[in-house]
Amino acid sequence: MAGLQAAPSVDLDPVRLVDADGSPTDETRYSRDLPHETLAWLYESMVVARDLDTEFINLQRQGELALYASCRGQEAAQIGAAACLRKTDWLFPQYRELGAFLVRGIGTGQMGAIWRGKWHGGMEFTSRCVAPIAIPIGTHGLHAVGAAMAAQRLGEDSVTVAFLGDGATSEGDAHEALNLASVFNVPCVFFVQNNQWAISVPVSRQQAGPSIAHRATGYGMPGIRVDGNDVLACYAVMAEAAERARAGGGPTLIEAITYRMGPHTTSDDPTRYRTAGELDEWMARDPIARYRTYLQTAGVLDDRLEQRVAARSHRLCTELRDAVVSAADADPAELFDNVYAEITPDLARQRDQLLAELAKEA
Amino acid sequence: MTQIIDRPAAQGDSPEPWESVLTPLKTSVSARPVPEAVEMTMVAAINRALRDAMEADDRVLVFGEDVATLGGVFRVTEGLAETFGADRCFDTPLAESAIIGISIGLALRGFVPVPEMQFDGFSYPAFDQIASHLAKYHMRTHGDVNMPVTVRIPSFGGIGAVEHHSESTESYWLHTAGLKVVVPSTPSDAYWLLRHAIDSPDPVIYLEPKRRYWARELVDTSAPAPPIGRAAVRRNGTDVTVITYGGLVGTALNAADLAADRDWSLEVVDLRSLNPLDFETVAASVKRTGRAVVMHEGPRTLGFGAELAARISEDCFYELEAPVLRATGFDTPYPPARLEKAWLPGVDRLLDCVEHALELP
Repeated sequence: MAGLQAAPSVDLDPVRLVDADGSPTDETRYSRDLPHETLAWLYESMVVARDLDTEFINLQRQGELALYASCRGQEAAQIGAAACLRKTDWLFPQYRELGAFLVRGIGTGQMGAIWRGKWHGGMEFTSRCVAPIAIPIGTHGLHAVGAAMAAQRLGEDSVTVAFLGDGATSEGDAHEALNLASVFNVPCVFFVQNNQWAISVPVSRQQAGPSIAHRATGYGMPGIRVDGNDVLACYAVMAEAAERARAGGGPTLIEAITYRMGPHTTSDDPTRYRTAGELDEWMARDPIARYRTYLQTAGVLDDRLEQRVAARSHRLCTELRDAVVSAADADPAELFDNVYAEITPDLARQRDQLLAELAKEA
Repeated sequence: MTQIIDRPAAQGDSPEPWESVLTPLKTSVSARPVPEAVEMTMVAAINRALRDAMEADDRVLVFGEDVATLGGVFRVTEGLAETFGADRCFDTPLAESAIIGISIGLALRGFVPVPEMQFDGFSYPAFDQIASHLAKYHMRTHGDVNMPVTVRIPSFGGIGAVEHHSESTESYWLHTAGLKVVVPSTPSDAYWLLRHAIDSPDPVIYLEPKRRYWARELVDTSAPAPPIGRAAVRRNGTDVTVITYGGLVGTALNAADLAADRDWSLEVVDLRSLNPLDFETVAASVKRTGRAVVMHEGPRTLGFGAELAARISEDCFYELEAPVLRATGFDTPYPPARLEKAWLPGVDRLLDCVEHALELP
């Protein structure tokens, strides 16, 4: 039949460059040879992400934050995927992408504003080519497709990346995004962090196919499974997908197999739906411990690097705490001033009403 | 063997500046000089507005279901793909949420999307994208990002259509902060409100009254009509103010003619823009006449008439001679075509309200 093409096949075995014990695998399709400086920076980012993540949880427990969604366990997936991109490539995150935000140099206070309840979406993310966080699940994949269509029309060779979760792939918008991306052959990479759980529902209840990546076949795009706890593998498959997209080769669906070591958010209690044994199994595949061993063997890890990492970690955690605790709340007038480019007469009256109420209280 | 890119990874703490990739927006509507006004249908006026906006600014994109090759099911977008090419006017897969979702990504990167929802009833799958993202993006980015997206929706009933093709959706959009909502009633207003909408840095829901698609009028594309946020008094009167919009403005004007035979003088206010609302024009009229009837097609409960009645009672209470009355559709799903005429508010239902308002002391 004219027009039909053979579907690309999807390998069920995930790409892995570094084993859970830190030894290099015999994978030959992808290279793990990055400059030492980059290898060290990936390590630094992962450790700092985990420490910052812990500090976020502490701040929530101390009553300074309303809520927090931990990325613990997913550092390799997020940092590997974000680190291989150019800074003019646009990222479309969900709300758990601290690792990616760190790579983009988004300030701790700019992230903290979300969880502090200071402002929705994050502060000034777009100045770093990162879209505001998206809390309605799966909706922002379409924004990534639209931005990729913009890149095509602007004649750029930039790519966009949609960060989705396993739960998000059940949403209708995820389907629409994958389908449009393929129909329009846009430079968009769908990076699905399959962390096994959508709050309390396991991935086996999200879909019945062989894997999330296998759906790519139906959309006519490459689908790749990668060990999401292997930062070098995530870096390599994302780099490959991004290069293909830049060259006009269209979208890719990447499924990074990882694990959400913490609760869904600080309000969740995972002991109600998963076993301690499961957590132990995944702790043995910890992305940071594995990479640390690998770097030791490779001769990249030394005391100087450890000190550098510890110093940056300490600095950013202190910065976060200061930014969160000392930050003034937004001026209530900003609620009204940012609804439209120019405030409408009705909104101006409502703003004045609130300001008058507050003045009376004070 | 895939080569891993060897460039240094993007350094998060790098001190070098991040160049802005957001294109600044142009802000003024440029009137297209033509020698004289031309008579055209509302369909032609909307088509002309799209064409002129696309000519004036090459960031304007038109897309949706069947808009390119077919020219739209009402031919509103006829010829745009031929004139401006497939990059600027294109057919999308049949996915309304996607149509709005990609508009957001395109606008984020500096484009000016004018997506079409093929029919009112098919805008509902896009509701989440509109309410959760499009309307809130400017707010969620603390004012950093504008969303100059104009969502065109062929709307309302009165054309004997099949189910899901005659919905009044305005209350949903009006209850969503961050959207502007406009409804033209004439070809001339259809042209200018669309030009203003496309030029607006905010998302605008542009509801096209299908029943007036084939109405004809002289349209002067060189003389801008009042901006979004301004109502128009279409007929002056002294006894009762009729406040309406879209396809029912014509109905109200017909009713005013008939009312004149009974010595009732009706003033007809065409809102044009439901948000922002030109309440000053409404209040000035109601304070003059002392009586107000609001007319819209959609169900009565929480229709825009409810908001107008509340506003009028808040601001004009001591000038009112009668309660604010509503001539509207009923709180049922939109009826099958054979019952449409009975269901829709028309001249008779409006004049019943007028009579009732005048009877009250």
